Amino acid sequence: MKRVVVTGLGCVTPIGNTVDAFRESLYAGRTGIAPFDLSTMPGALSPDPGIRFKTTAKVRDFEPTKNPEQRLTSGFILTSELGAQFGIIAARQAVAHCGLLQHYDATGIAIVTGCSCGGRGADEDANRNLYLRNARVPPTAIIRTMASSGTSNIAIETGITGPVLNIATACASGTHAIGLAFQMVRAGMAPAAITGGYEAALTYGFLRAWDSMRVVSPTSCRPFSADRDGMTLGEGAAMMILEPLDAALARGSRIYAEIVGFGMSADAHHVTQPRAEGAALAMRRALEDTAHSGIAEPAGRVGYINAHGTGTPTNDAVEAAAIHQTFGDLAPGIPVGGIKSLTGHSIGAAGAIEALATVLALEAASLPHTAGVTQVDPTLSLDVIIREPRLLAAGKDLALSNSLAFGGLNAVLAFRRYSI
Amino acid sequence: MDDIQSRIIELVAKSKNLPVSDVRMESTFEELQIDSLDKINLSFEVEEIFSIEIPDDALNSLKTVGDVVRGVETLRAAAPPNAAKS
Repeated sequence: MKRVVVTGLGCVTPIGNTVDAFRESLYAGRTGIAPFDLSTMPGALSPDPGIRFKTTAKVRDFEPTKNPEQRLTSGFILTSELGAQFGIIAARQAVAHCGLLQHYDATGIAIVTGCSCGGRGADEDANRNLYLRNARVPPTAIIRTMASSGTSNIAIETGITGPVLNIATACASGTHAIGLAFQMVRAGMAPAAITGGYEAALTYGFLRAWDSMRVVSPTSCRPFSADRDGMTLGEGAAMMILEPLDAALARGSRIYAEIVGFGMSADAHHVTQPRAEGAALAMRRALEDTAHSGIAEPAGRVGYINAHGTGTPTNDAVEAAAIHQTFGDLAPGIPVGGIKSLTGHSIGAAGAIEALATVLALEAASLPHTAGVTQVDPTLSLDVIIREPRLLAAGKDLALSNSLAFGGLNAVLAFRRYSI
Repeated sequence: MDDIQSRIIELVAKSKNLPVSDVRMESTFEELQIDSLDKINLSFEVEEIFSIEIPDDALNSLKTVGDVVRGVETLRAAAPPNAAKS
């Protein structure tokens, strides 16, 4: 099996629309969460919006008809909603960043993305007009609604004709996508891959639906905080380029990190009540998978866990229990962080954005802190990084990135700090 | 320029992100890079604006902006008075 490394990165997120801007906000603890403006979301029939929460994390300054770096042709704009457009631009950054198409034959490269909600805006607009006034449904409604619309458009923009697919596993979509792309490149099924996630589903109907579930914070997401009171919804995209280590070295590419493991599991228990056993199984499988990269006793080498950390009382408690089940006596000494207090929870894109943060953390050997938390929940018995970034401890070269989705679908990536 | 002509030219220009001056009556869809999906979407918008229904066979025969303008004029002339939303 091949060793697989990350050589290109791209993103469009609430805390930055380039990797450099994202990194700067990540370490400064600058949040993208802000009060939302209902006037930008058509559809409310009553002056009372009927939503108990006030904040989301939205991407700012995304202007594909004005900004040359984000420019999309009329064809792409016609056939894609906002989330897909984020994905196209993030992929464009990652591809350009590492010169992917100058070094690989586009016929074989894989594109594996995660997007769960699809173009919900197009769907809501069409259905609202149809059901309220018997309006005709626009011919672009189908193609803009497809969850794979961004995936297809990345292939169209790059000319890549290899295995191209999208994965929809709710909040774990982006992590499942990167994990599958990793397995494909490791096995030699694809010479390289563009992989990540995209999502932009912050429509009025979506906010109302989440409000009804009573899991959204009335204040702001604070993962693992003693006073956490829920998640905050977000949007965005992150993409990365995966290729074999030997090929990356041969062409002198910058290497951000190595992917060394992937674990998946299902709770097989309940759609909204997570079970620690399921998340622990995915973490264990990711650690066991590192054996294929020649890593022995990986648990003792984990120096960072980028947690799913939604900020709901239930998720964070169950995830903490899963970390204890997985690592036993080591668990209280492993630095844990969550970045959703900066980015919000972008569902299908979340795992990819968090994988990006994990890769950047390993490259810099500096672990971002969990912004907005002043007192960690003592019942969790975790070493949550707060107040300021922390150096990766000597002798620790592995990091996990967890995604635990509604429906009990769990995905965990294991990365290794790359050193020559 | 009459109202139908100017509105259709504006619509075509907007759909392809072009200045209005680049779209003329004799411009072909090929020149303007209007593909089959653009054509279906444009027809949908024209039908909405002018409250007409473009038959499939007529849609297939449209090759230029002028064809669309003349087609709309013909369909409007055949439609009952005050049918258009304009």
